[in-house]
Amino acid sequence: MEQQVWVENVWKSFDRGRIEVLKGVSLGVTKGEIIALCGTSGCGKSTLLNVISGLEEVDRGDVRVSGYNVVTESTRIDLLRHHIGYVFQFHHLMSDLTLAENCLVPLIASGGRRSDGMVRLHELAAATGVEHRLDRRVRELSGGERQRGAIVRSLMNDPELLLCDEPTGALDERNREKVFDLLLDLVRARGRTLVLATHDPDLASRCDRTVRMRDGRIEGDSN
Amino acid sequence: MSLWRLIFTNLRRHRVRTAVGATGIALGVATMLSVVGLLGGAVKMFERILRSDAEMVVFEKNVSDLFFSNVDVAVAEELEKQPFVREAQPVLFTIIAAPDRPVVTCFGIRASDGRLKKGEWLQGSAAGFTDDGRSLVLGERSAEFLNAKPGDTIELGQGTYPVAGVVRMENGFENGGVFMPLAACQKAFHKDGVCSVITVALAEGHESSEAKQWIAGRHKRLTALENEEFSRSYSQFKIMKTTAWVVGGCAFLLGGLSVTNTMILSVFSRIKELAIARVCGFSRSQVARMIFGESLVVSAIGTLAGWGLSSGGLWLLAKVPMLQGYVEPRIGWQEVAGAMSLAAFTALVGALYPAWYAAKLKPAEALRFE
Repeated sequence: MEQQVWVENVWKSFDRGRIEVLKGVSLGVTKGEIIALCGTSGCGKSTLLNVISGLEEVDRGDVRVSGYNVVTESTRIDLLRHHIGYVFQFHHLMSDLTLAENCLVPLIASGGRRSDGMVRLHELAAATGVEHRLDRRVRELSGGERQRGAIVRSLMNDPELLLCDEPTGALDERNREKVFDLLLDLVRARGRTLVLATHDPDLASRCDRTVRMRDGRIEGDSN
Repeated sequence: MSLWRLIFTNLRRHRVRTAVGATGIALGVATMLSVVGLLGGAVKMFERILRSDAEMVVFEKNVSDLFFSNVDVAVAEELEKQPFVREAQPVLFTIIAAPDRPVVTCFGIRASDGRLKKGEWLQGSAAGFTDDGRSLVLGERSAEFLNAKPGDTIELGQGTYPVAGVVRMENGFENGGVFMPLAACQKAFHKDGVCSVITVALAEGHESSEAKQWIAGRHKRLTALENEEFSRSYSQFKIMKTTAWVVGGCAFLLGGLSVTNTMILSVFSRIKELAIARVCGFSRSQVARMIFGESLVVSAIGTLAGWGLSSGGLWLLAKVPMLQGYVEPRIGWQEVAGAMSLAAFTALVGALYPAWYAAKLKPAEALRFE
């Protein structure tokens, strides 16, 4: 099976080495796999996602994504533009822009054609049920709609790998289920890889594989 | 959506901040254009006084101000005899006091000087202004503030003079001044046989170099310059122009600080947004370009507003009755281009730190920022 993500003996600390967050983490994720990173707050889930996406530099170890070695700035930018989509616990949309304008931000970064982007935007918005809200400003949208918008934005450049950091953490129970179902459907239908950080065991149980983290180390892997 | 659209959207989202930044630049541009325009206008007015119908001006070398220049009137008479000269007119510039006006510009000229013919005679006639007489011709504005008309006698300096006529001159200095026969002026100021400058009109087919050589050969204390050369080299003009640009530059500096402040606030208030842009694939240079772009747009808005403000202000100033004729604003393309270039430069310099800060933000850290 082709490896989408390859993390080998990664160490990451903050505050000049005083706070060690990742302590020799190794992890492989195959293409099309849906995997949940579980663990309590502060165990290193989010940092591992940031390391995979290149948002954080590692102290030691190797990280490869879609065949790229995540070392240089240009590789990181290329990955974020074309290979990786990112969804956070909070939508992080710009509240004064319309949902459509927000979703088109990745297109500005990648220099993609607007016409192609609009087609993709409407397709994704229809799939996530926010097509009728595209011309609304973000502040006029509900929490669930905003998070769906964030999912649309993360998929605009058709990435092979979707990284989600507690994507339903800020939603109520009803919306949490809906948004998570939607996320799984979108990823499965497109054969994409999903790495999800969550502390919710119910959500984790619906993934192909669960990796348990504790104190910066991988404690268990259902694989 | 393009980067420019995002830039405009960002500015629209923070209207007050954008307005504050643009106002700083607008005030800088308005100050600069107003000062440069006013002083430029003053310089042009003074140049026209000297030019009249002449192409050259002869004056004492190395004087800081033409009021201090002393040229023997006999030089004008010698010059008039030369084949390369059509006309040479001595002019004595002085400042004289009237009872309610401590400063009135007085032009000592000959009756044959062409400048009075250029004016519009409102009262009296040129016939009353003679070389051997004492009768004055008043500019329209000076007639108003001296409250005088032909037939009246007015007190100027240590003497009293009859008024021969009132003339409307285009030039503010002349319109607010007094024309006195040269001989009477020399006597009043104890400058017998002396004038400040000689304006020289060249005969057809002759070059200015002939007059220059003639002056250089015979009167080493004097210099002869073409009008354009004089404008470029006259120290008073240089000081005025330099002052205008320095004052304008300082105003711009303040405007630039307001842009810097605006852009710093703009960056600091949306650190998470910038981080998300990076997560969406924005490179450091794209983030920097966005900040520079915003700064340039703020500056462009400010420049246009400042241009409008200064044009409107100067137009109004020129309409004020008290200043009529004295204010001749001249905002040429050169000044506007200069202000625009300075505004763009200020915008880029002002955005340097904010853009650098925004570009070096680490997205993961910025997303944790509270």
